[in-house]
This record gives sequence, C-alpha cells and structure tokens, in this order.
Amino acid sequence: MCVLAHVFEAAGLVTVALGSIRSQIERTAPPRGLYCDFPLGRPLGRPNDPAFQHRVLAHALDLVERAGSPVVEQFSESIVDDGQGFVACSLPPRHDASVPAAVEEARGLRPAFDRSVALHGDRIGTRRVVAPDDIPAAVAAFVAVAEGTPWRQAGIPGVPARVAQDIRGYYETAALALADHTPAAWEATRWFVHHTEAGAAISRARDAMQVAGEKTALWFYLLPASI
Amino acid sequence: MADRDIKALTAEIDCPTFEHTAFTRARPLAEATVAVVTTASLHHPDQPDFVGRDTSFRVLDGNRRDWVLGHWSPNFDASGFALDPNVVLPLDRLDELAAAGRIGRVAAHHLSYAGNQFELATIQLDSGPAGAKLLLDEGVDVVLLTPV
Repeated sequence: MCVLAHVFEAAGLVTVALGSIRSQIERTAPPRGLYCDFPLGRPLGRPNDPAFQHRVLAHALDLVERAGSPVVEQFSESIVDDGQGFVACSLPPRHDASVPAAVEEARGLRPAFDRSVALHGDRIGTRRVVAPDDIPAAVAAFVAVAEGTPWRQAGIPGVPARVAQDIRGYYETAALALADHTPAAWEATRWFVHHTEAGAAISRARDAMQVAGEKTALWFYLLPASI
Repeated sequence: MADRDIKALTAEIDCPTFEHTAFTRARPLAEATVAVVTTASLHHPDQPDFVGRDTSFRVLDGNRRDWVLGHWSPNFDASGFALDPNVVLPLDRLDELAAAGRIGRVAAHHLSYAGNQFELATIQLDSGPAGAKLLLDEGVDVVLLTPV
C-alpha cells in the first residue's frame, strides 16, 4: 500500500497512509504514515464505533496539516488481540446421521446466514466461487479430503483455498447473526476454525494434503496461517 | 495464536524502498477534496472480482455502500468489515467531517487495489499512476490510504 503512497504523492496528490504492521510502514516510509496497532483487517480500529474511527482520522488529517517533511507516527491507542476469544454461537443440533456432521451443520446455519445478509449485506465471501446453496456440498468435499480422498477426486468446486475462504465467509457471516455483540477481531474466525465441524474438516483436509505431499500453496492458504 | 503471530510472519517480507520520497504540500483541508484508496480488494458486486496477483484497481462509487471484500488472503479479519465497512473505507466518517467543515468535500469516487502483492512493478509504473491520474482529473487533493 505504501508503494501507492509514493506513486500518488509523486503525481501531485497529498497522501496519508494507515498501517497495521509497524516494520512495513517504517521500512516503506510513505510521505505521511500513521502506524495503528490494530488487528489486520480493521485499519480504522473498531467497527460500529464512529468516535474511535474519528480519532484515527483526526490524527491522520492532523498529519496532513502539520507534517512539513516525510514522517511516520503512531496512533495513541492500541487494540490487542489476545489470541483466545471466540464468538459463542449456538450450532444446529445433529439429527441426520446419513450425512457428515459438517454438512448438516452448514445446512443448519443457512437461516442465520440469510438473516445476517439481510442485516449487514453479503460482504465477506460466498458467491465468489461457491454460492450459498452449494456451501454444504463444498464442505462435503473437504470432509472427503480429510478422510483420505485425494483432493482432485473429492469434488472441491474450484481452487481449494478459494472454496475454503467462501466457506469461512459463509460461517462468519452466519456468526454475526448469532452473536449478541460486535465481535472483536478474529473471534468469528476462531469460532469457525476451532469450534465448528466445517472448520475442523478443512483443518484435517489441510493436514491430509500436506502429508500427501501436495504443493504448499494448495493447502497452506486453506485457513489463516496462525489463529 | 493471535493476530501478532500473523503480523510476525509478514514483518520481514521484503518491502520496496524509495531513494527519494516525494512530498506534496497540502492546501487547507477545509478546501480539500478527500478520497480513500484501499488495498483491501473491495469492489461492487457488479464489478469483476480480484484474481490472484491482480495489479489492477476498481473505481468505487462513493454514493453506494454495497462493497464486497475480494481479497484472497485468509490472513486478516473480515468480520469487522462485514459489520461496518467504515472500518476499512470510512466514507460515512468523511461525510461527517465534510458536513462539519473539517474537510472541503468527499470525492465522488474512490479506488481499490489488491494489497499483499509481491510483484509491484506494474503498480508502481502502470496502475498506480493511472489511479492517481483518475483522482487528479476528478479534483482530488488528499488521499487516505487504508490497508487490508
């Protein structure tokens, strides 16, 4: 992103760049940089908190007015992810033993997904590779990989990482309708990865693909690198 | 495992360095037109999705709020944007600042690129300057850059 700051500034625009990774914003040294110690994916800090967002913008705009030469400053407030929290969402009960638990779970979350889309829109996945109607089948494909089917024969409907990301987006969108608060960063992801059958299936599928010697790029990006 | 662990994985990735840092003098903010340029791969549903190693940009209509997060990396939180797009593209906040007279006006259009790129030459020499020209042609003075 800071490359764009250099390019835009050289073209005659005044820029101020927010950055969430200190070493990157310091090394790329944009004309005006504001390091914000916030979780990745939330450069303005807190969703649904206009006052907080305005404090970030106030510092950024102050840099525009005040800086007389290239500068990187740090925003005064930090948001630290403890690496533990997750949204506590009810999961649908198990009653159809004829299908894998992960598939039944994905089907059962559809009403919550639809409620969330009605409330917030469908912003973070699904429909890029897999439509919502096809999410359970995509989950079934990862269950098959987890149980030993080579991924090319499992029926994954696209590039595995992209399909996995649509599944994650479907689940996290559903979680927003099930949670009773604005989740902190990564809380919906940790719920998906560590507390759902689908997350467990994709995690096992990733392990199986790694053990099978598949290219790293095929399995590494099925889930976040470290959450 | 936490957000800081993912940041640690990316902290030492090679970053481009610039021998000379351009520095443009700002006009008074109360007279300035402000745009947002994000590298979160946002696009409208009717625009093409971003593909891997996509160095192009999408023009976002500031009068719409139907942006979709199109980045393919799994290594960032997406739920905040799902709940409140202002956490990435703070146009509601900028509208409030314009109404209060803190800035002159909010640009009609904003830009979105795909961040977390390893091949930067095209962005530096082609799509970056093209985006800058588009904004300058629309009278933009100040750009707020937000990452993924």
